[in-house]
Amino acid sequence: MKATGHKTNWGRLAGPVIGILLLLVQVFFAVCLCSAETSPGIPSIFKPESTPADSIYSLSLLVLAIAGFIFAFVAGLLIYSISKFRRSANDTSEPPQVYGSSQIELAWTVIPVLIVLVLFVATARVIHAIQDAPKPAGAVDVTVIGHQFWWELRYPELGIVTANELHVPVSDPAHPTPTFLKLLSADTDHSFWVPRLAGKTDLIPNRVNYMWIDPHDVGVYVGQCAQYCGIQHAKMLLRVYVDSRDQFDKWVRDEKQSVVTDEATEEGRRIFETTACINCHSISGTVANGRLGPDLTHLMSRDTIASGAAPNTPENLKAWIRDPDSVKPGSLMPGMKLNEHDLDMLTAYLQTLR
Amino acid sequence: MASETIALNIVAPGSRGISDRLHDWAITVDHKRLGILYILYALLFLVIGGVEATIMRVQLITAHNHFVSPEVFNRMFTMHGTTMIFFVAMPLMFGFGNYLIPLMIGARDMAFPRLNAFSFWLTAFGGFLLYFSFIGGSGLYGAGNAPDVGWFAYAPLTARAFSVGHSTDFWTLALLVSGFGSIGTAINFIATILCMRCPGMTLGKMPLFTWMNLVMAALVILAISPLTAAQMMLSIDRYLGGHFFDTQTGGSATLWMHFFWIFGHPEVYVLVIPAFAFASEIIPVFSRKPIFGYPVMVAATICIAFIGMSVWAHHMFTIGMTSYTNSFFVLTTMAIAVPTGIKIFNWLGTMWGGKIQFKTAMLFCIGFLFQFLIAGLTGVMMSVAPFDWQLGNSYFVVAHFHYVIVGGILFCLFGAFYYWFPKMIGTKLNETLGKLHFWLFAIGFHLTFDSMHVPGLLGMPRRIYTYEPGRGWEIWNLIETIGVFIQGIATLVFIVNLVLSYFNGPRAGNDPWDGWTLEWSVSSPPPPYNFTSIPTVASRRPLWDLKHPEDPDSLYE
Repeated sequence: MKATGHKTNWGRLAGPVIGILLLLVQVFFAVCLCSAETSPGIPSIFKPESTPADSIYSLSLLVLAIAGFIFAFVAGLLIYSISKFRRSANDTSEPPQVYGSSQIELAWTVIPVLIVLVLFVATARVIHAIQDAPKPAGAVDVTVIGHQFWWELRYPELGIVTANELHVPVSDPAHPTPTFLKLLSADTDHSFWVPRLAGKTDLIPNRVNYMWIDPHDVGVYVGQCAQYCGIQHAKMLLRVYVDSRDQFDKWVRDEKQSVVTDEATEEGRRIFETTACINCHSISGTVANGRLGPDLTHLMSRDTIASGAAPNTPENLKAWIRDPDSVKPGSLMPGMKLNEHDLDMLTAYLQTLR
Repeated sequence: MASETIALNIVAPGSRGISDRLHDWAITVDHKRLGILYILYALLFLVIGGVEATIMRVQLITAHNHFVSPEVFNRMFTMHGTTMIFFVAMPLMFGFGNYLIPLMIGARDMAFPRLNAFSFWLTAFGGFLLYFSFIGGSGLYGAGNAPDVGWFAYAPLTARAFSVGHSTDFWTLALLVSGFGSIGTAINFIATILCMRCPGMTLGKMPLFTWMNLVMAALVILAISPLTAAQMMLSIDRYLGGHFFDTQTGGSATLWMHFFWIFGHPEVYVLVIPAFAFASEIIPVFSRKPIFGYPVMVAATICIAFIGMSVWAHHMFTIGMTSYTNSFFVLTTMAIAVPTGIKIFNWLGTMWGGKIQFKTAMLFCIGFLFQFLIAGLTGVMMSVAPFDWQLGNSYFVVAHFHYVIVGGILFCLFGAFYYWFPKMIGTKLNETLGKLHFWLFAIGFHLTFDSMHVPGLLGMPRRIYTYEPGRGWEIWNLIETIGVFIQGIATLVFIVNLVLSYFNGPRAGNDPWDGWTLEWSVSSPPPPYNFTSIPTVASRRPLWDLKHPEDPDSLYE
């Protein structure tokens, strides 16, 4: 008899305990969603700053509300069933045998069908609004080319080539100046994802994809490659600088300036141009015209090196050239095995590329 | 009948040496022994896949951690995914199906016993081939080792330019070989279920378990075939100068995606429909009521299989398909929520008004219902293509499909272990250890996979071996890792329970749960020929009819 008593306790506990667990999970999810709303540096999809991200955010609220309602209803039924319909200790009789009910089956078929239709229509509208948006006259064009493991950024109309740090103008809703991105890949699949600006779109070899953003507020927005692309997928980071119109125009002017030759770093330039550096890197106005690595013409205008893997400081730059694997293991840039003197000269030269 | 002769030739076990008995297992064509072999094989790989997951979670416990290198991490997630899908989940489903289908339909074996053994050994060989890559993958190149292309191995990462050495070939060949095994088993399931039912068991009187396994087997044939074709094309690309997926020679990366996901999405249903099958047997018995709406359950299963074949491109919402294509796949994907919802409601309808016994098997099924509900709802969220542009390839997706596979499928599988272990072995699993297993696993599961949704919403992509500090991801990753260790302890409790109960568990008798389907009418474990005389049934619950002659089901069906 003692054994039966023990089992009954378990049975009695199970309902309420599972119920409490369910509630905890619900609270947990609510807390998660709230925490996602705070702290500015976090690339949260719930802090949109651009029309595509904003439409997705609004749609997601509808979806979350419907899902939350269904969850509460069905989980409620489940908790009610397991606490109400427990077999008591010495009851060995069988409950009434019910085989089904056509009316009930019909109800829980038709109602979900209606919910699906509502969701579908809401979704199709947003898909159309984002994907089929016309390009206004003032739009900025950028070609983004994914490489293992960095981003090549080309502004065909402005004649600018840069890497990893995308500069775009802020877009005033009254006079929109969105940026349209043409997405290509030089090697494997990649995906352009800056959560606060737009959903992700893949960069696929032999295929041209497009996406657009129109950031409403200046600032730096972080993101990263979202399609596994090889060994250093994790450090293929992405920064989008949303500049005011004036800042953006100044940035464009600076990027278009040619390199100023500095006699003091002549030796560094010679090292650069006589080693394998120039096979992969370009510096406009010099013999360096490689396309495999990032363009270095205005290297010092960027805050980070190695696609965001390290801040752009002289120490990091030197460490990166000495042994790229120490900063970003698996990076395709080879260690050039330069001696300390040459390293210093080369780093000093690169410091002049403003 | 031939089966009569086989029955006469059985040699009493126990009187022979260990090598003879192992030899018996190696050459067996008995569906029950093959079922157990599948299950043991899958349990071995479950532990291996779990260790791989743990290595990844330790690496991700904090930002910029240096527990393993990116190379090792990439191999771990590739091997973890491939192992868990192909060498844990599918063999477990095939194992239970193999063991139970003939017993449930009153047959003495599968339709093709030798094909059955052949299929098992192919699957087993595939798994060992995959793991041999740890030794042989570097080939002559000194590169490679285990495959590191991810479990869906997107082109062109698998092209020889990006994957030198032989690691990708081990992956390709392992899936090719085990794929043939899966197709063989599926053919066997279909032939057995369609042709070998006992007298009186019309299709409409089959247990739901067999119905769902029939649908699963059909899906295996439809889904594994394109995967097998794609693996062959990939090998042609790599060794015979083909250009199907090699983008550097004009091949198509998206073609591989289509091939993979027209396998990959039905594969989810290949795994989850047998999990539904377990729930559809366990929930009624422990609620003491027949399944609510049997015909609707069958129809919903078939519906899921049909719609499930037309949703694959929802894995590809971010590849730049047109707005019309995206909308089509949104609609089909959402539509699948309807039959799935019907199933959940029918299980609730079965429990409603019943007298529920909270045995461990039932607890796992209740856990399944709750978690599968959430998994379904996050699935609906991601069927909303624009929402998927944010959530796709993020940790939210990882959380979602682990909710399906662990919270749904694995919970049902654990339930199936507690429910059918007495039939297979003859002793019951310990209920106290079982409940400890359930609660520990549920707590660990929720710690890991509930928190995993959040970094996804905060912009954390999957498959990264490390991440930047200050993005709000650290705390969630820490909780996830703690949860993994609790799940690990729970799994240890389960294994201890299996071993202890095998040697010392209380005798189960023929029918420990007061069940209703034919497997409970024979001894535990069943004799090699299953049924002394082939039974005749009149309803879906033949044992209910026997136990309640005054009120048999056959009056109402």
